[in-house]
Amino acid sequence: MIEVEHLTKKYGDLVAVDDLSFTVEKGKIWGLLGPNAAGKTTTMRVLTCYLPATYGKATVSGFDVFEQPNEIKKIIGYLPEVLPLYTDMTVQAYLQFVAEIKQVPRERRRRAVGHALDVCGLGDVQGRLIKNISKGYRQRVGIAQALLHDPQVIILDEPTVGLDPAQIREIRQLISSLRGEHTIILSTHILAEVTQTCDGAVIINDGKLMASGSLEELTSSFRGGNDGVHVRLRDGEDRISELLREIPGVEDVRRRRNEYAVEWRYGTSPIDDILKCIVDKDLGLQEMRPMSMSIEDLYLKIISGGVEQ
Amino acid sequence: MNNIWAVCKKEIKSYFTSPIAYVTITVFLVLVGFFFQSLIWWFNMQSLQMARNPQALQQLNINQMVYAPLFHNISIILLLMIPLLTMRLFSEEKRSKTDELLYTSPLSVNQIILGKYFASLFVLLVMLALNGLLSLFTFLFGNPELAPVLTGYLGLFLMGAAFMAVGIFFSSLTDNQIVSAVLTFGALLLFWVLNWASFSTSGIWKDVLNYISFFQHFDGLTRGILDTTDIVYYLSFIFLGLFFTHSVIQSRKWR
Repeated sequence: MIEVEHLTKKYGDLVAVDDLSFTVEKGKIWGLLGPNAAGKTTTMRVLTCYLPATYGKATVSGFDVFEQPNEIKKIIGYLPEVLPLYTDMTVQAYLQFVAEIKQVPRERRRRAVGHALDVCGLGDVQGRLIKNISKGYRQRVGIAQALLHDPQVIILDEPTVGLDPAQIREIRQLISSLRGEHTIILSTHILAEVTQTCDGAVIINDGKLMASGSLEELTSSFRGGNDGVHVRLRDGEDRISELLREIPGVEDVRRRRNEYAVEWRYGTSPIDDILKCIVDKDLGLQEMRPMSMSIEDLYLKIISGGVEQ
Repeated sequence: MNNIWAVCKKEIKSYFTSPIAYVTITVFLVLVGFFFQSLIWWFNMQSLQMARNPQALQQLNINQMVYAPLFHNISIILLLMIPLLTMRLFSEEKRSKTDELLYTSPLSVNQIILGKYFASLFVLLVMLALNGLLSLFTFLFGNPELAPVLTGYLGLFLMGAAFMAVGIFFSSLTDNQIVSAVLTFGALLLFWVLNWASFSTSGIWKDVLNYISFFQHFDGLTRGILDTTDIVYYLSFIFLGLFFTHSVIQSRKWR
């Protein structure tokens, strides 16, 4: 659906994106992850035909961003980092205008605007001037604007930035609900966003590709294909480590005081056996949590320059 | 065409939902009204003074004594006000980053420019149409000739349209509205007085300077002379202004 090959974008001498390649399948939600100034926005601007690439090629739904920008602009919805809102218009009038310039046929405009208002929960503020509504509502107007013409591809640049936790959750649910019908790329520097809403991620830093793939692929590639849990027990003894290591499927056990990190190969799950062992031997289970934050480890390592692709 | 209309409609709305259009039009009408009233008053004085001399009375001509100077006055007011009407057209989009919406929508650059340009022309049209009401009095209580009045307004419209093309060009250059207005004003004033320089030159340069100057092409129209050279001059000025705007916006892609 979206293919990027050897994309490079230079602003004068500054290389914003350097030889970036990745693909996103139809109907998936993909995260573009990286610290500030990593080249996320530039990549998105190239995909939305706002800026041309210096080298390389990018296609959206088979259309080339350089050769057929008009075809792409028709099938793409874009939420830029800075919301493109005309603050002296009402929400309703603004969406109406967007429907017109996105070439929604006249007879479908009213319904498209109504639908976008509904989906984004803007019914209460539709008659108000955009300059008078809160940041959270503005962000939703931005998203409504991107969804309005029912585009095949939606590109969201930091969709949850500046929102409170409840609003962030709403927006994430909204984005998740679009899965399947729309192909979505969202950029973020917040990891939880990727693990909660995305099917996969492209991690970039300094304009270079650091890793890309589905979440499972990313996790397994980093941790040598292992998954695991952190277990806290009443006592911290090497004897218990040995006991846990003997459970079939368990690859590795590390202990820090009474905390045990138990790892197994990705795909197998000896978690029942581990629990049974703990209960049978009366080891006093205090806490057990999955090691699911491993993408965060990967991300932090990449950002600090510890991992090369 | 639909796309141009969509952009145009949005711009017109934004002129008329903010105070910009109302304030500009009101101030414009107050000033024009003042000049009109002064000229009429002066014309009346002349008429009274010459009442005893029927031959001199025949020489009095409301078209030349009221309308021609009025059109010149209006053109100066337009010169001052049009930069303020065009300054925001592209600058504001750039500053508030709404241009990203326009340039990622299936609109061509030409459609965006024309939409905005037509919207500004609409405001100009409203300004001129409203001050056309003044002529109601002259036609009710006097007997001016219609044709020179019409060509005068045509001249004002063409010249205003040319001013706006210059304004939209400078607006596309910067994201600062003040800078855009000052540049437009400076350029317009320069074109206005360019023919002064022709007094000190001779030969081909004299002709060139005279041709480029706004003033030279406006004078004929205020006196009822409809010369295609003048109309072509204004139309080519408009075309060039819009063409350069197009180039500036396209060049954004290569920086």
